[in-house]
Amino acid sequence: MSKAAIHWVGGPVLRADVKGPFHVHEAVSVGVNELLGEVIQLDGEQLVAQVYEDTTGLKPGDPVTGSGLPLSVPLGPGLLGRILDGLLRPLAEESVHFYAPGTVGQRGGRFHFVPLADTGETLAPGAFFGRIVREGPTMRCMVPPNVSGTVESIVDEGEYAETDTVCVLIADDGRRHELPMGHMWPVRRPRPVQKRLSPEAPMVTGQRILDTLFPVARGGRAALPGGFGTGKTVLQESLAKWCDADVIVYVGCGERGNEMAEVLDEFPGLDDPRTGRPLMERTVIIANTSNMPVAAREASIYTAITVAEYFRDMGLHVALMADSTSRWAEALREVSGRLGELPGESGYPAYLASRLAEFYERAARVRTLAGEEASVTIIGAVSPPAGDFSEPVTSHTKRYVRSFWALDRARAQARFYPAINPLVSYAEDVDVLARWWQIQGNPDWRIHRQRILTLLEQQEKLERMARIVGKDALPAEQQLTLLCAELLNEGFLYQSSFSPIDRYCSPERQSAMLRLLMHFVDRSAETLAAGAGPEAIGEVPVLRRLRRLGEELPEDDPEEANRLWTAVDRELGEINTGGDQHAR
Amino acid sequence: MRGDLTLTGAVRRIEGPLLYVKRSASVGLNEAVQIIDSEQRQRVGRIAALDEDKMIIEVLESTTGLGLGDTLIRLRAEPLVFPVGPGLLGRVFDSVGRPVDGGPPVPAERRMRIDGLAINPTARALPRDFIETSVSTIDLMNSLVRGQKLPLFSCGGLPHDRMATEIAQRARLRGGEAGEFAIVFVGIGVPHDTAEAFRTAMESSGALEHTVMFLNRADEPSTQRLLTPRFALTAAEYLAFTEGRHVLVILTDMTNYCEALREVSASHGEIPSRKGYPGYMYSDLATLYERAGCIKGLAGTVTQLPILTMPGDDIGHPIPDLTGYITEGQIVLARDLDRKGVYPPVAVLPSLSRLMDNGTGEGYTHKDHPNLAHQLFAAYARATRVRVLASVMGMEGLSDTDKRYLKFGDVFEDELVKQAGPRTLEESMEIGWRLLRVLPEAELSRLSDAQIERYIRQEAELA
Repeated sequence: MSKAAIHWVGGPVLRADVKGPFHVHEAVSVGVNELLGEVIQLDGEQLVAQVYEDTTGLKPGDPVTGSGLPLSVPLGPGLLGRILDGLLRPLAEESVHFYAPGTVGQRGGRFHFVPLADTGETLAPGAFFGRIVREGPTMRCMVPPNVSGTVESIVDEGEYAETDTVCVLIADDGRRHELPMGHMWPVRRPRPVQKRLSPEAPMVTGQRILDTLFPVARGGRAALPGGFGTGKTVLQESLAKWCDADVIVYVGCGERGNEMAEVLDEFPGLDDPRTGRPLMERTVIIANTSNMPVAAREASIYTAITVAEYFRDMGLHVALMADSTSRWAEALREVSGRLGELPGESGYPAYLASRLAEFYERAARVRTLAGEEASVTIIGAVSPPAGDFSEPVTSHTKRYVRSFWALDRARAQARFYPAINPLVSYAEDVDVLARWWQIQGNPDWRIHRQRILTLLEQQEKLERMARIVGKDALPAEQQLTLLCAELLNEGFLYQSSFSPIDRYCSPERQSAMLRLLMHFVDRSAETLAAGAGPEAIGEVPVLRRLRRLGEELPEDDPEEANRLWTAVDRELGEINTGGDQHAR
Repeated sequence: MRGDLTLTGAVRRIEGPLLYVKRSASVGLNEAVQIIDSEQRQRVGRIAALDEDKMIIEVLESTTGLGLGDTLIRLRAEPLVFPVGPGLLGRVFDSVGRPVDGGPPVPAERRMRIDGLAINPTARALPRDFIETSVSTIDLMNSLVRGQKLPLFSCGGLPHDRMATEIAQRARLRGGEAGEFAIVFVGIGVPHDTAEAFRTAMESSGALEHTVMFLNRADEPSTQRLLTPRFALTAAEYLAFTEGRHVLVILTDMTNYCEALREVSASHGEIPSRKGYPGYMYSDLATLYERAGCIKGLAGTVTQLPILTMPGDDIGHPIPDLTGYITEGQIVLARDLDRKGVYPPVAVLPSLSRLMDNGTGEGYTHKDHPNLAHQLFAAYARATRVRVLASVMGMEGLSDTDKRYLKFGDVFEDELVKQAGPRTLEESMEIGWRLLRVLPEAELSRLSDAQIERYIRQEAELA
């Protein structure tokens, strides 16, 4: 182990005189409390390191010890259902009220291991040698991606600690590898795969405005920018709860402590709508709240994506929710400032864009080393200052994502959630995903989607016009367009994440709602053409139920859609024949 | 612990608040020092950076009168601490925790680091207890819960101090069981009369004995301003987590704090970020705001009500912007409402309480409370849109429904937002239902059929 002695220290950054070789991005332990740090610069006889914990009390002369390895995190089956810090150390248990430097919880845990390989078998990198029996997603133990060899010995089925050696490999060069159930992996190095695949299916989120209007593909990347109070976190949490990924990695990066408490309070009591198992079983939470050390915030994003890749390599579909990438960028800026680097736009370092690209490029649908299809989908929240989307983090992020979900302050202020502005948001994989909807039995998805977007676009234009000439002065068709657009907003795009009925909406229900609403749009146009006025159409009683369609059409009552369908026909039909008596 | 060590004649350079000192003893980063000048006046400082033979000391008070040769540096060998103990309540302290009410020092039961430690996220309990503030726009529309941090975004000249005082006097838990309640009032860079007005108001209502005050006057040095909220929050944590009280911390005015942060950062020669504020302002504010919360297994809670005046009335300014990203919502005050004579002038639409859904509804307040609030929000948002429409083309162009929205917007401000005295949640809800009856039933899409039947039709018949 190489040694160094601190020469200068200020904030989270230190300089030390080296006695032995160090490498860039090598993990180091600092001071008597053995705080974790990472080398970020080497300069002759000096190194510069950032420390991931509170540096209070450090002084010149304190030792810095190299680990010989890049900053790495321990991956393993014990991660699921846990809350960990930015460097994947378990947060201390509840009885420790305050988070002091050096406080680390117990990782541990014992797992029921079933061997999948035999002695003498040759295992390639990423091959599975064992399986863990437990509730929740299928967990398998794999050979680290940089190791291969012949099985010298493997334990029998039974209970083992996460760190016990369960399999011994002899590599071709004769090196002996003792493998526990998990392994270490450097956070800044993407885990290798056999092949990257192109997107094919959407990640179903259960949120209508996303699945129907702006879908994200499995293995895709979405950005969720919005000023404060526009509902980023609530939406991220809804996605973490209801999206159809096998494993969720939720990283709270520089955000509120109470939000972490909320996730911890809520998730264990909620069931995954697809498997019926508690949501917590499929979730890993990485918490670096805004008052925890800033350098660890920089690392937490890489930690999270490494964890996501690890589960992907088991053949699982993983969704990574990063809330918020802006805090990560600010951590980059803060450390860069302390190093005295030349600032770029808004004080961010000039390499901000390439760091963002590196991060988002780690999302993909892939064929894993073990030959299975799996994916990592990234959903990154962005917190632009003053809600201004032209700032560097948002504008650079836009270059690397394929779905852009722009949150809108005006909608949020009207408590219209999810407050995604449909005229600013976009999704680039619609063509590919239309096939998936077709297979699901909704061949009209693409047409319906297009019609909604057109209606909303027209609404914007007409409202601008109505502001000048007055709503009543608009032609009848245009008044009807406004009515229909308003109906689609209220009845389809509005979705309360606190409603037990409507917080999740399956693709089937989305298709049914959409068909019903489009039926109203078509029938009302016909009614209008037959001579009815837009006021009369706006007063049919069924309209109230259509406006509340998310609540009125439950997941388990397919007949209700038919009843509403008939009601639309009947009530609109009666306007034609019966005139004004239905104005009620 | 190492004993105190004194250095004489070690100061090499003085620049703004920074002393460059020759290092001849073993000290650690962030440790506290005392700086004693030739007239034996003591100042507080801390070690900002150090290397093998020098250290930089940040003086947290004025450096006027300090010299190179005659300044003594006493090393405390520990970070800045605040000695706290029983008897904090009813006392008044200065910026750095020294009593200024003429009373004796507080018996030091514990010496707590003023920077505090981050609450372990796994130990946090979810804030759930609804606090009734008696303000309709808060209780009904943006409910406050214990353990929340909910700032008031105000503008210069608006009655935010009066609101804060009233909330401090009236805030209570429903069901009568208030528990041990305490208030920590923190004046940051406040004019003398503001501090005095608050003290008088609390005294006259008999609340002063539950109150601790920390006063940093406007004419005190900026470096000290950065410490005042830290001393106060340390006291709050002691009262909450050691003595088991429910503490409401009122911080006014956080804008002064941020200005001080900018000033001190500039004097350190740091690279500025937006509008000259340091790049770490978000992290720095978070170290204050995140000290609010509830902890599993402990009786007390810390709730924060920071007040800030938005420079140029601009909510996009870095101070309200970064605050809003950390706090759990915001109550925004508006100048136009104030001009119309509406008190409290709460702009309902941009206001928000993120924890509202945790503390309202069945089992907390009333099962119909959330839907009522959502419907009022949606209707008032529509009303403001119609207002814009009407202002351009006049009333004639409006449909009948739009006209009723316009009426709703007016009565909403006059009868719900505006209030002369305290209201219970039930009174506020009653007004809410009454106002919704102005609108056509078909428009009330956030209410269930049962709620319409119960509150809109039946009540209308009774009336």
